[in-house]
Order: sequence, then structure tokens, then C-alpha cells
Amino acid sequence: MKAGIVVFPGINRERDMAIALERAAGHAPRMIWHRETDLSGLDLVVIPGGFSFGDYLRCGAMAAQSPVMAAVRAHATRGGYVLGVCNGFQILTEAGMLPGALLRNAGLRFLSRDCHLRVERADTVFTRHYQRGEVFRAPMAHGDGNYFADEATLDRLEGEGLVAFRYATPAGEFTPEANPNGSARAIAGIYSPNLRVLGLMPHPENLVDPLLGGEDGKPLFASLAEAFAA
Amino acid sequence: MTEVSPALARQFGLNDEEYARVLAILGRTPSLTELGIFSVMWSEHCSYKSSRVWLKQLPTTAPWVIHGPGENAGVVAIGEGLAAIFKMESHNHPSFIEPYQGAATGVGGILRDVFTMGARPVANLNALRFGSPDNPVTRRVVDGVVRGIGGYGNCVGVPTVGGEINFHPAYDGNPLVNAMTVGIAPADRIFLSAAAGVGNPVVYVGSKTGRDGIHGATMASAEFGQDAEAKRPTVQVGDPFTEKLLIEACLELMATDAIVAIQDMGAAGLTSSSVEMAGKGGVGIALDLDAVPQRETGMSAYEMMLSESQERMLIVLRPGREAMARAIFEKWELDFAVIGHLTESGRITVRHRGAVEADIPLAPLADQAPLYHRPIEVAPPPPPLEPVADPVGLGPALLRLIACPDLCSRAWVWDQYDATVGGQTVKRPGAADAAVVRIDGHTRALALTTDCTPRYCAADPRAGGAQAVAEAWRNLTAVGAMPLAITDNMNFGNPEKPAIMGQFAAAIEGMAAACRALDFPVVSGNVSLYNETAGSPILPTPAIGGLGVLEDAAGAVGLALAPGLDLVLIGRTAGWLGQSLWLREIAGREAGPPPPVDLAAERRVGDFVRARILAGDIRACHDVSDGGVLVAVAEMALAGNTGARLAAGPAMSPHAFWFGEDQGRYIAAVADGDALLAAAAAEGIAAMRLGRSGGAGLTLPDGVAISIDELRAAHERFFPAWMDGAGAGPGIGG
Repeated sequence: MKAGIVVFPGINRERDMAIALERAAGHAPRMIWHRETDLSGLDLVVIPGGFSFGDYLRCGAMAAQSPVMAAVRAHATRGGYVLGVCNGFQILTEAGMLPGALLRNAGLRFLSRDCHLRVERADTVFTRHYQRGEVFRAPMAHGDGNYFADEATLDRLEGEGLVAFRYATPAGEFTPEANPNGSARAIAGIYSPNLRVLGLMPHPENLVDPLLGGEDGKPLFASLAEAFAA
Repeated sequence: MTEVSPALARQFGLNDEEYARVLAILGRTPSLTELGIFSVMWSEHCSYKSSRVWLKQLPTTAPWVIHGPGENAGVVAIGEGLAAIFKMESHNHPSFIEPYQGAATGVGGILRDVFTMGARPVANLNALRFGSPDNPVTRRVVDGVVRGIGGYGNCVGVPTVGGEINFHPAYDGNPLVNAMTVGIAPADRIFLSAAAGVGNPVVYVGSKTGRDGIHGATMASAEFGQDAEAKRPTVQVGDPFTEKLLIEACLELMATDAIVAIQDMGAAGLTSSSVEMAGKGGVGIALDLDAVPQRETGMSAYEMMLSESQERMLIVLRPGREAMARAIFEKWELDFAVIGHLTESGRITVRHRGAVEADIPLAPLADQAPLYHRPIEVAPPPPPLEPVADPVGLGPALLRLIACPDLCSRAWVWDQYDATVGGQTVKRPGAADAAVVRIDGHTRALALTTDCTPRYCAADPRAGGAQAVAEAWRNLTAVGAMPLAITDNMNFGNPEKPAIMGQFAAAIEGMAAACRALDFPVVSGNVSLYNETAGSPILPTPAIGGLGVLEDAAGAVGLALAPGLDLVLIGRTAGWLGQSLWLREIAGREAGPPPPVDLAAERRVGDFVRARILAGDIRACHDVSDGGVLVAVAEMALAGNTGARLAAGPAMSPHAFWFGEDQGRYIAAVADGDALLAAAAAEGIAAMRLGRSGGAGLTLPDGVAISIDELRAAHERFFPAWMDGAGAGPGIGG
């Protein structure tokens, strides 16, 4: 797997992501500074979590205008794969590569705790090592993760099978208590129409080692490593 | 132009005798800028003039100590060529005036103390004391402080992995915010602050200088009157995004050979960093303030020298490295300016707009700094507590204790701190007695804790000081770590009062005894005095930050109970109720002497427990502290979602056995209780069986059953109910 991690000033989960990718693929990903524009040869571009440009103005808004984002967009247009986690998801929505927006958490506080995600489809490059309907645990750490889109967009996402993960109870039920940030229709992650761009708020990269609390996030990286083996 | 006079000097916090010394050193009346420099360098906050004579009693050396007190932070060797660099520092006064920014900049400041020495910060902790929850101010302060700690730490990407919170009316007008940072560096790549090399450039990097925080160090060296609100302009404003860039840029520069010396601009900003760097190196320094990056127009020399604008560092470079260093800071979009050079004059010379604004000999500024042997008055410890009857029974007492503000779940707080960023957090807050953070690329891990029991210190500061150190050592031991060293944050009232200075002296004495007995030296620290509002002091609070190391992170144990295990209490129990939480919460009294710490037994019992953990015998471990044995068992049950059936205790009042706070004790959950009891007996260590884990609730020795659900509801009630509707604050981000 040839993976690259985009680093904007203020990004802070790039090393966590590199650890998860390296564990799955057996080699370290390329780190891409935000002023670089050459992404050729990469299978997967990852935009990790953090506070790009301090989250000033609006989460992800300034990073979305960074030189590297034109290259990320071109990579996606060529059919390349993109994963955005947390701030990365916010950046992808700000850049118009995924629909909707991430609003302030319903409780108006930063939330760092484990949540549970239900896998809505297990036939994508990102999720083939999960089962459909399977629930896995993932740490969340964000203040602005409340997914919002207009009703028509939400209907379209659901109708076209573009909802990747939803917040759920460990038993897979959707309840208000299990939806920690108040996201519309409990959406935690979504795909682009060609299923090659995935954005999600929680951090599967922080749960790939039994010593650190579990391996619930490992199937996502195993899926990617298998898809891009060789 | 302001006229410099003895009256102005007093306003700046210099007494008449100190001002006379300034006149003698200079041989003339100081300029306003010079008066400002003397007043901040000789403030309690920067000079430790009341505490220095006592701090010398603390043991500061051990074979693993690389740098003790005197540097920006303490440095200890942790094996495999690595060093841990750590320190705790207070931001008490600012956090009462402006809780969010006070706490946020407290985190920012302590981070800089650690990365300025070459370490990548890997963990933050804190020790917080707030006023009574019934005081209407307290909720606003708690909300702002928690948001501020989270807002800063989350953004810089350093996990907040541990801490402690107490409530007491003595903190109503003076909350304590003590922040601790731990970093990792190669042991042979530690950066120090002593300047060297006449002619070498002095470089300013980071944020621009503004008018914020002027005279913050002086503010932090005085009591509050009723005018705390009016002091808001002395509080700094933090920018964690810039701090994150500064960390990355400094670490990038540190990988080169460019740096001679480096120090952050903390309290007293440009003044203390330049004076201390030159003073330690025995050289002079010439500064040209026209070159200082400025956020505002028309700033005077006085304002620039006294500003406490955040996220700034001062660096002495090797000659010819300016261009390379500048390129690094420009890549990270940070200011970089050569603002002076080292001289052989032995003086600090400050020029601004063509005029010399300050010209002070450095040696007397340091050597003749005031040093006070203030009178002390040590109060006798309270008389022994007479037997106290149990008014409610074990079950009701447990449910009340586990729900009280000092013992209830801190999840509401922890949920606002990113504990996992960095991808190395093995034990998160609440999972174990100490946080455990693995070292990237290694199997070894750090164990980290903060501890102090202020009500013990108030009743008997000597016993309380020893207890704080012992509890930190115990918490590290309870996860299986070898305790190495501590940082101390001494929070006390007005040192000019003999009773307060007596508390300080006695606490130091107790701490020193414990440090010596446990081979647990002090390698860094901070003193915060004048924690009084309208003449009313805080409880004496010597907060201890402890650091230990585990050779294998996988060997760390937590406190979560699993079913089918024997619960064994290790250590001696006398049923000590003096100053216990049971006495306060159930009997409604704060009385008696605090539990004494038998330091020899502490060490013997702790070494035994650690050896059994490392041998793999102990599946879960929890030290017995606030609330005693029954609260400790309940906490283990809650963490593991597993109940236990408890047997009757020994021949003493049940409430004294189950809620007494005797020191030096641990509860271990083991597969084979008999084997553990035999091993303890073989080493002459007191141990007894408490019961066996399993089921969905606790069954108490008197037959009362409490379900885990009921316990959890009680445990988790306080914070969300209390804070509900506290409203949104500034920037949560992420």
C-alpha cells in the first residue's frame, strides 16, 4: 500500500495514523507537507485529525484552501482513494469533496471518550474486513462532530448507500444516548458516490493495539492494506 | 514619563529596603524599565525569596537524576538512552481572575518549560482545587478551568492523561490550577539555558509581543483583595495553535547543531529569560528592542520587557546559523528576529529608539536578590480523635461517599480532555491508579500521577507533606511501575504570616523525609505563595507530580475488577478515622490528626506489591486512599463492572475498618489469594482476605447488597447535575 498523510500546521494525529498504517502495511506512509502538490504514485491519501490552522475561522476552512488540497481533489478525480478522519473529515466537507458540515457538538463541549459505530456497508475498500451491521468501538475526540446536511442530502446519502458508519449502542441500536454529538441520523461517516472518499469523525487509528485498549479499528486498516497489497 | 520613586517601587511590589538595595546596586535612580526589571526578578514568583531557605532541605539527587531543580524542568534517565523531562507549575491567580485563559496559559507555559529542554511533550496532567460547590462562583471557575485545560492541551495534541480534583471552601476565592507536562528526549540531547559565547546572536522566536500580562509575576506574588476583577488585564491570552507550531519548529531546530542555549519566555517574559540565560552563563547581554516583533504600535521598553505574551522563546545560536534557523521558523510561519547578542560586560543593556533604557549589572541582580528567613510558627497537631459512632451503617455511608464531590466520577471532566492523541496511552484517566503512557518505538512506559490531600496538610502539614509524596509513590507502584522522581508544586498562603510559613516549613520537612525514605527525589518544582483572598488562606497544598517507569508497558495493571478473583488487602489497618472523608461526609466533622505514614512500612509493602505485579500474580490493583477500603473496592467494581462479596473485617468497629484511611495499603485482585497471603506472610507483611469478586453488585459484610447500577448512578450523578446548563464557552474546536 502506498499511503500518504497530509500534514497541515496544527494537525496532531498524523503520528497516530502513521502507526496504524504501518502496522497494517508493514511500511511507513509518506508524510506530505501542506505546501506539496505532487501526490503521484499514491494509492491512498489520508487527512488526519488535529486542529489545522488552529481551527480558527471554522474547523477545516483554511486547510481546505491549502495548495495540497487541489492535488488531493485531483487525486480523487483520477479515482484515487482518500480517508479523512476528524479534522480530516471536516476539511473534506469544507473542500466540497463530501457533502454536509460538522457543527458544534450538541452538548457544546469537546468530547473525548469511546463511542460505538455500526458498519453500514462492508463491501468497500475501507470496510471489507468488517461485517455489515457489526458494531465496533472507537475513541472520539472532537468539539465539532455534529454531522449536518439538509434533508434532501441526507435522503440521497441513505438512498445511495453512502452512509459509512452510524453512532450506535454496543448492541447496534440507534438511541439519542448513543449519538454523542447529536449528528443527523446518527451519521458518523460518509462516502463519496464512487465509494473512494471516506470521511468519519471517530479515530479507528487509536484502537489498533490490544495494549492500548483493543483492536476494533484494525479491520479498517487491514481492509486498505489488502486492497492495495503489492 | 512616570516619575520613579519609593512610592512607585512599593506599587511595583518592592519594599523600601529592597528599593534601597536597587539604588545601591545602580548608584542612581533606576529608569522605569529598570525598576520593572528589578521588581519582577525580585518578586516572590521569580526569586523564591521566602521559600528558598526551606526548599534546600529537599533531596534532589539519585543515580538516575540528570538535572535537578534549577533548570527549566527536571530530567531523569529512564533507560535505553532516554530521558524523561517533567515539571508541574501553578497558574492559580490568573485562573481565578479569568478561568479559561488562566488555565489554558498554565498548560502552555509548562509545555514550553519541557520542550525548551529538547523533549517532545508526551503527556499532560493537572492538580485542581476548587471552592465549595455551593459557592455560586465555583461552577463558573470549574467550567472555565476545565475548558481552558482541554482547549489548550487538545489543540497542541498532547494527551491529558491524569489529574486530581478537590473541593473545599478554603479555595472559594483562590482556586489552584497546577499543570504538569512530561516529555521524552534522548538523554544525550538535553538543552540548557546557560548562555555562552560572547558575540553569539540572541534570537527571538514565536508570537509577537503585545501588552498582555504585564506584571503578571507581580500580580501572582500578592494576595487578592476585593479587586481581583480589576486585575484581568494582567492575565495572558493563549494561542495553542502557535504553541503547536513552536513545538515542531523548536524540535526541528534542536535536531541541528545550531543551539547554544534556549529558554522560554514565561513569567516576566523577555526580562527573566534574558537575565537568567546571561546570568547562568556568566556573560552580558545586549538587547535591541526595536528588533522585537511587536503586535501593537508604540510599545515602550518597559512594556516589552515586562510583557507576558505567550508562545515565545529566546535562543542563543552558534554564529553563522541564523539563516538556517530562520528558514525553519519561517516554514512554520513563526516570527524570527535577532534581537541582540552576548557581551563580555556582565550587564544587561536594553536599547530602544536610540536610547539606553536599562543597564544593570547581572551578578548583583541575582546575588543580591532578597532572601528572607521569615518567622515560622508551627501549630501542634490536633488531639487524637475519640471513638466516633456510626450513625448510618456501611451501605448508606458508601452510597453517600461515592457520590460526594471529592470522590464522585470525574468522567464529566476527563471527557473534555483528549487522552488518546499520540497513540501511546495505555491507561487512560480512571483506568488505573497512575496514567500509563508508552514510549513511541519502545516497549517501556511512563507511569504518571498527581497527588495531595490538603485536609491532611491543614491538620498536620508535616504528616500531610509526607503523605502526599507517599501517595504518589504508592500510585505509581500500584500499576507496577518503579517510582523515580517527583516535581512539587507548593501552594500556600501569605508567607509573611508565621503560621503560613510554619505550614510551609513543616510540609517541606515531611516531604523531605518521605523522599529520602522512598528514594524519590525532587527534580523540579514551583512555589505559589500569597494564595489568600481578603486575608483568608487556602489549605496548605503541596501538590506532588510523580513519575515512574515500567520496562514493559504490557505489565501495567489497572483497577478494573474481573469476576472470580480473591480480593486481598495488603498493609496494616488500625481504623484511622481522623481527617477521613467518612468523618467529614457522614459524621459532619473535620477533626483529629491525619493518618500517619510509616515510611519504612510504606516502602516494604510497596516493594512487595510491585514485585507481585511484575511476577504477573496481580490482575487488578488499587491503593487505599480517600474513603478507605470500601470505597476502593467500590471503585474497582465500577471500573470492571463486576461485583464482589465481602467478608467481615477484623475485630474493630466496622466503619473504622471499612472507611478508615490508614496509609500504605493496597487492594490486589488475584486468582490465588492463599498464595498471595503466604507470600506476604513470608516477608512479614500484613495482608488479609477481603472477599471474592463476581456478580452484579457488592454484598457487604452486614448482608446489605448494592447493585453496580445503583453504585454507578450515585457515583456519576454529581458533575453532570451540577454543571448542567453551565453554557458554552470559547473555542472547543477539533
